[in-house]
Amino acid sequence: MTSTKKDPVVVVLQMTGGNDYMNTVIPYNDPLYYDNRPVVKYAQEDIIKLNDEIGLMPNMGPLKEIYDQGKMAIVHGVGYTNSPRSHFRSMDIWHTCEPDKVGTEGWAGRVARELDPNKENVLTAINFGHGLPRALAVPGVPVAAIADLGTYGLLTGISDQTQRAKALDLFTRMYSPTVGGSFVTDYLRSTGTDAMIGADIVKVAPERYSSNVEYPNSPIAAHLRDIAQVYMADLGTRIFYTQHASFDTHAGEMAAHPVLWTEISQAISAFFQDLKEHNTGENIVMYLFSEFGRRVHDNGSGTDHGAAGASFFFGDSIKGGLYGEMPSRKAEDLEQGDLVPNRDFRGDYTTIVEDWLGLDATPIVNGNFEKVAVLK
Amino acid sequence: MSKKEDLALMAHLMRRAGFGADREELERCVTQGYDATVDELIDPPESRPGGDMALMLRYHPSFLLPGGVPYSGQANWMYNMISTKKPLEEKISLFWHHIFATGNSKVDNCDQLLEQIQMFRDYGLGNYRDLLVELSKNPAMIYWLDNNENHRDAVNENWGRELLELFSLGVSNYTEVDVREASRAFTGWTIAPKIPRLPYGRFPWKFEYKEEDHDDGEKTFLGETGKLGGEDIINVIVQQPATARFICRHLYNFFVADEVQVPAWTIEDARDEDALEQMMDAFIDSGYEIKAVLRLMFKSEFFKNARFSKIKSPTEVVAGTLKMVGQYRNPDPGMLQIGKEPTYMGQSILDPPSVEGWYTGHEWINSGSLLARINFVADRVSDSTLPGIQTIIQSMKSDGVTTPEQLVEAAAEHMGFVEFSKETRDELVENAKAAGDLDWGNEEVAATRIGEAMALIGATTEYQFG
Repeated sequence: MTSTKKDPVVVVLQMTGGNDYMNTVIPYNDPLYYDNRPVVKYAQEDIIKLNDEIGLMPNMGPLKEIYDQGKMAIVHGVGYTNSPRSHFRSMDIWHTCEPDKVGTEGWAGRVARELDPNKENVLTAINFGHGLPRALAVPGVPVAAIADLGTYGLLTGISDQTQRAKALDLFTRMYSPTVGGSFVTDYLRSTGTDAMIGADIVKVAPERYSSNVEYPNSPIAAHLRDIAQVYMADLGTRIFYTQHASFDTHAGEMAAHPVLWTEISQAISAFFQDLKEHNTGENIVMYLFSEFGRRVHDNGSGTDHGAAGASFFFGDSIKGGLYGEMPSRKAEDLEQGDLVPNRDFRGDYTTIVEDWLGLDATPIVNGNFEKVAVLK
Repeated sequence: MSKKEDLALMAHLMRRAGFGADREELERCVTQGYDATVDELIDPPESRPGGDMALMLRYHPSFLLPGGVPYSGQANWMYNMISTKKPLEEKISLFWHHIFATGNSKVDNCDQLLEQIQMFRDYGLGNYRDLLVELSKNPAMIYWLDNNENHRDAVNENWGRELLELFSLGVSNYTEVDVREASRAFTGWTIAPKIPRLPYGRFPWKFEYKEEDHDDGEKTFLGETGKLGGEDIINVIVQQPATARFICRHLYNFFVADEVQVPAWTIEDARDEDALEQMMDAFIDSGYEIKAVLRLMFKSEFFKNARFSKIKSPTEVVAGTLKMVGQYRNPDPGMLQIGKEPTYMGQSILDPPSVEGWYTGHEWINSGSLLARINFVADRVSDSTLPGIQTIIQSMKSDGVTTPEQLVEAAAEHMGFVEFSKETRDELVENAKAAGDLDWGNEEVAATRIGEAMALIGATTEYQFG
């Protein structure tokens, strides 16, 4: 049985550093917002109103357009209990779904393993950026890490193209499987071959791509454009992962936060614009998260680490709107001065893994967590 | 032994006991003699500084106190690895960091982690018993393994367990009761109340022994009974043959040849039982001196015969390559990046994935890390503006390297006397033949060809071994 329906794809955009939830998804009619934020707040008239209670920070105009199309969902109060409020620990918890011990397998890597257990496609999961986030790291699961699509590949430092072609040819021969090698050498050869195959396959993506959409000039826009190129090249990638930084606005937040959200909003807008112009993208869900929110009361210039945050879903298959309740801002309801999460982040993952990708989420997220009904 | 053999052996020693050495340094060491070089590595002259910290901090003051963000801390350590005049001290610190793996993911304080690395420099080559005592008092370790939550009336077994399982005896050489008794003995070994971070920033953590929180009741640990405290536990531990075996096997795995992963050590024999026993004898006979084991090990036949029997760790790839090409001899701009490079290859130093450290050997290799390693090396060795590459090019010129065979041979020598299979060598020579002999009349073209030859060597399977 053949199906013309495309396999579901997920794009994860990690906002690294702890995005200020209350200053992004703003309770603009709540006096407590203004009381707690003598410095770090937006003027009421600038806030983009979504309803009587909640608005978006002023630079999210391009995303508001997507919201108005009904394709953007905002989820309140996401987090987990007893957050250590440490960047690296919290990000690890989001990556490995292990709040109580140091996990070693990433949820997205587990998804890749489920989707492609026989490693038939070395490009099933790709990280755009340097290195490999723990979310994608699972022993034995090949994941490509592409810092820059245009220069990705083996021995890209060799500028002479003929010379490089010969080098790659040589590499293929040196790494081809042999009989009677040691385990380690065999392993090296098969890994090298996978890496070359992946680089070889993915290089067609920029070659096939042409677009009238102009992406803004920011690192996140560059990553999203690379993602669009690889997606449109139809190489079978199911998980795209990337990140933008730094949301860790302890100081100077009113200078940094608007820039970050301008970059994110324009990049996401260009991305979906690009897909739309190519009449594609209906099988993509994009997920935005940050490892925690920030403190309710500002520190005079910025905000310190908090707990509950907001997550965001984008896509044609998303039922747009606001989900859940923003946690109470009243002093007696806070924990260590922070908004208390009222839904577990692993519920977001469960929604993606079960409702979108059609897999069993429990072993991937280490438990059963309440989903959010953002998918149509 | 021929001159080339001497140099190749010396390159092996310097690669293992440090992060490699260039031709000039290798020549000096060969002239001095192999055994004398081992002695010099183990007991460097007092006048030898480590890395030039004063110079580094003048240009990168943030590297001193990186706080919770690891990058400058990682760059700090990488710079030390590249520039130190005491390479074995730096290498043994990396060894202990692998074993006593403490991670920024929880500690969230690279100032303290760098202090722990300094403790490894100071104690890592000395007496293993003393090292364990220092480790037990190390605030980063106490916090990492929750010994600050280990109380007289509420025992926390995290430190007690890992001390036995991962840092000394290895699994199956103690019982659960021993874990509990050891944990009881370490109650009260905690961190003094920390000065709050606001408003002046981070203050150093300090060890504190809280007598009133110490369970001073009678305990029985591995057959010893008494009102045992932490140091008593350590004294019992070091006397166990299992400890000698476990620590020596780790030293063998790190310095000599890749063993299977640690969890398999209870079921898989040592790679070289005879070598291991020699090392254990040195450990026990010397009263647990690490130097004694290393001296025996580096001078042994089993070590000399173990060339290219380890997959280089990402840290060794990065530090070794930067040393070879002569980059960041000074704290040049862009230094922050070098701390991140091993992370792209799968090893985030100061931030191991767990207290078990990293999976080493062939498990360093996956498609992403392999590309990262190959590309990193290729990018550096193709850059003929780098001082180390300049030296190599001039050396080849004065040695009269001309034919493709000579080019491949010379490149392999300069990159550590790499040994190839016949197939690999033939491929490399074939590739070089396409452009004929090196024409020293056009030095720029010659330099490019040398860079390419070296990049291709860096891409071989053989080069992943060190």
